[in-house]
Amino acid sequence: MTDLAPLAALAGSPPGRLQILARRLGTDWRQYVIYIGFVTIFVIFAVTLNDKGFLQTNNLLNIPRQASSVAVAAVAMTFLISCAEIDLSVGSLVGLSGLAAAYGSLHGGLITAILAAVGVGLLIGVVNGVLVTYVEIPSFLVTLAMLWMIRGFGQWRTDSKAQPIASEAFRTLFGSNTMRIVWLVVFAVVGAIVLNKTRAGRYVLATGGNRTAAEFSGISTRKLKFYVFVGTSLCAAFAGMMVAANLNNYGKYENGTGLELSVIAAVILGGTSLFGGKGSIAGTIFGALFVQLIGNGLLLSGLESSQLDIIKGAIIIVAVALRREKSGAR
Amino acid sequence: MDDLALAIRMAGIRKSFSGNVVLNEVDFGLRRGEVHVLAGGNGAGKSTLMKILQGVYSLDAGRIEIDGRDVVLHSIHEARQAGIGMVFQEFSLIPTLSVAKNVFLGTERLARSHLLDDASSVTRTREIFADMGVDIDPNMPMSKLGTAYWQLTEIAKALAQNAKVLILDEPTASLAKHEVELLFALVGRLAASGISIIYISHRMDEIFRIADRITVLRDGNRVLTAPLSELSPADVVEAIVGRKVDGTLQWRERTVDRSGAPLLEVRALSAGRRVQDVSFVAHAGEIIGLAGLMGSGRTELARCLFGIDPIDSGTVHIHGKQIELRSSADAIAVGIALIPEDRRVQGLVLQHSVRDNLLITQLKGLRRGPLLNDRKGSATAAKLIQQLSVKTASPNLAVGRLSGGNQQKVVIGKWLGTDPEILIMDEPTAGVDIGTKSEIIERIRDLADAGKVVVVISSELPELLAVSDRIVVLRSGSIEREFERHEIENEHTLQLAIQGVSS
Repeated sequence: MTDLAPLAALAGSPPGRLQILARRLGTDWRQYVIYIGFVTIFVIFAVTLNDKGFLQTNNLLNIPRQASSVAVAAVAMTFLISCAEIDLSVGSLVGLSGLAAAYGSLHGGLITAILAAVGVGLLIGVVNGVLVTYVEIPSFLVTLAMLWMIRGFGQWRTDSKAQPIASEAFRTLFGSNTMRIVWLVVFAVVGAIVLNKTRAGRYVLATGGNRTAAEFSGISTRKLKFYVFVGTSLCAAFAGMMVAANLNNYGKYENGTGLELSVIAAVILGGTSLFGGKGSIAGTIFGALFVQLIGNGLLLSGLESSQLDIIKGAIIIVAVALRREKSGAR
Repeated sequence: MDDLALAIRMAGIRKSFSGNVVLNEVDFGLRRGEVHVLAGGNGAGKSTLMKILQGVYSLDAGRIEIDGRDVVLHSIHEARQAGIGMVFQEFSLIPTLSVAKNVFLGTERLARSHLLDDASSVTRTREIFADMGVDIDPNMPMSKLGTAYWQLTEIAKALAQNAKVLILDEPTASLAKHEVELLFALVGRLAASGISIIYISHRMDEIFRIADRITVLRDGNRVLTAPLSELSPADVVEAIVGRKVDGTLQWRERTVDRSGAPLLEVRALSAGRRVQDVSFVAHAGEIIGLAGLMGSGRTELARCLFGIDPIDSGTVHIHGKQIELRSSADAIAVGIALIPEDRRVQGLVLQHSVRDNLLITQLKGLRRGPLLNDRKGSATAAKLIQQLSVKTASPNLAVGRLSGGNQQKVVIGKWLGTDPEILIMDEPTAGVDIGTKSEIIERIRDLADAGKVVVVISSELPELLAVSDRIVVLRSGSIEREFERHEIENEHTLQLAIQGVSS
């Protein structure tokens, strides 16, 4: 039975133990670009902006607080992009679910507010999911159209007016400084466990990696994708509650405008492949924190937000370019 | 036959698709621990029979017994639970996941917490590989492994699901020679451990090396089941080919002037693993047939000559002058055209019109100032349509709506427009009806008569024999033999040469 042990010499790439080790050390740093980048930028800010208060506890805590709503939506988006789909409607949904929560808080209280927001998320998720997986329209188109429809609906029903959140409990639960960090941690931990430690997570990665092969392995990829769309919308609705309960204490249709792009940026920065099959929740969380870190530091250093956007964009390109794997390796 | 020793018994299997009988009362018995080859030409019914066994197709009539019990298989899933494992040719593996995760994909092992227990999958995968006698790191991502490892992982995946019957479909098609040896050793050991193996292959040398028995299908009928010890390779080839097919494809001797310098000369060409030290010459007006099994390097050679795959060593000369082939643009510039194997993917833009597809290669000649001359374009297209007798209602019809044969004519026309000196055709008549087939062969002769070199690659031997002036047989990337057409007595002789069995 052992006469075939030197089978290592068989395929095109013979993985001797040493070579495996060398390869791991040699190329794997690319997977950790987001963490390396985070630490590097953090250290640079810590040194250069110390006198401006960068390292003060409150400033440091502001980074996860401000990143929290993007991070919550991005955890779900990690699943969706891992199975090679995308959702552009999460930003608009953040706006609409916040409005729903505001109405709910007026006509009931905390529970009604939550149910209204979750209900909106569920509805949008089902619509997205059905259109993509059963009607078979590409997700990019479906969710681009939904982006406009959801925002237009919100604007129309509210005459472009902001709707105050009437429940103090709601504001505390979703908008307080502490709770925002708590939610970030909860979503990160649950998301990481589901993606790495459950069948559902494994099937998401398999479906994105090779849908046909996944089908042949007995996975119902259509149903799976449907549920991932619903989950993404539910998380976006949750992020919508956090945004509405935050600073301004109101829901408005234009809350969350452009947020879908920050969400996608966080996911891609974190090492999830746009082509599916590969995803990392920890990476996504750090991706969201990274973007916030850059904004925080550059604002402290006295840049204007317009300049900040330019630098943010450039850093994202650099980070993704560094992480890029040589294509056609196989 | 002792039915108790049968792992699988399929009896009186009948299946037809929209009136076409694909399987007609086929019986198939697989003994425990045997390696049983299933052979037959294209469309003989092999894959339909196997898909029935895998629960993909339902059967019209007949029954299936597994271990002596009657079963009805409704899905891949049910077949798998009944112990039937398929090693897919196209691989059911996820490149981004690790080996162990792939082996247990769909049958993940769970810890008591109901979370995935990857540690135990890794251990179990290592055990399975140890039993198989191979050494693969279960933690490696699939994408970092070569084809041979993919195959082994597929086998491990089937074994992890307790398969008692393994179906291997042309498993050596994508393997190098020494990898094939390892696979054979593994197949032998699996059979010795009581696993039954259905081995689909056309390769005579393989069949005789590893199999105990063979079943041959032809046109949906079982024509032979016998121990290989009682057969000669010639018997098997005869069973596969059957009587002489039909007389519509007749060879016509052509005279080729080989006195001058050759138009095309290939010297010691090597590229990748599939083209090794290939040399041949072709004179103007000559039709060269390239024969060989799938994976013998035919297609790869064509791709090299068209500048798609990089050449490692060796040279290509046209009219005695050495040429550089770094891209398909280089090849087109020196007058080489390739009519690719898969016309629907590589040859045509299906939703575009017949006219646009015909003209795409020659837009340069149709310019009027910065714009395209539409009238001249339409005239050129009309001429090509007539020359090749493409049956289309209008030049503006989407090419995807034509029949396969007419689509193929459009691909040929597309390249004729560029007036190439050398035309390479990879499977020019695949999926084409017999009438159009002889028409295409007629066109190939016209081209050669006009002084071009035509290189025809084909798996269909009658067609190759009908059209070629010379036939080059490839085997594992090198030239096995070269025949003048009149040296070949019949299809049988050529088949034996392709199989590497000396007659």
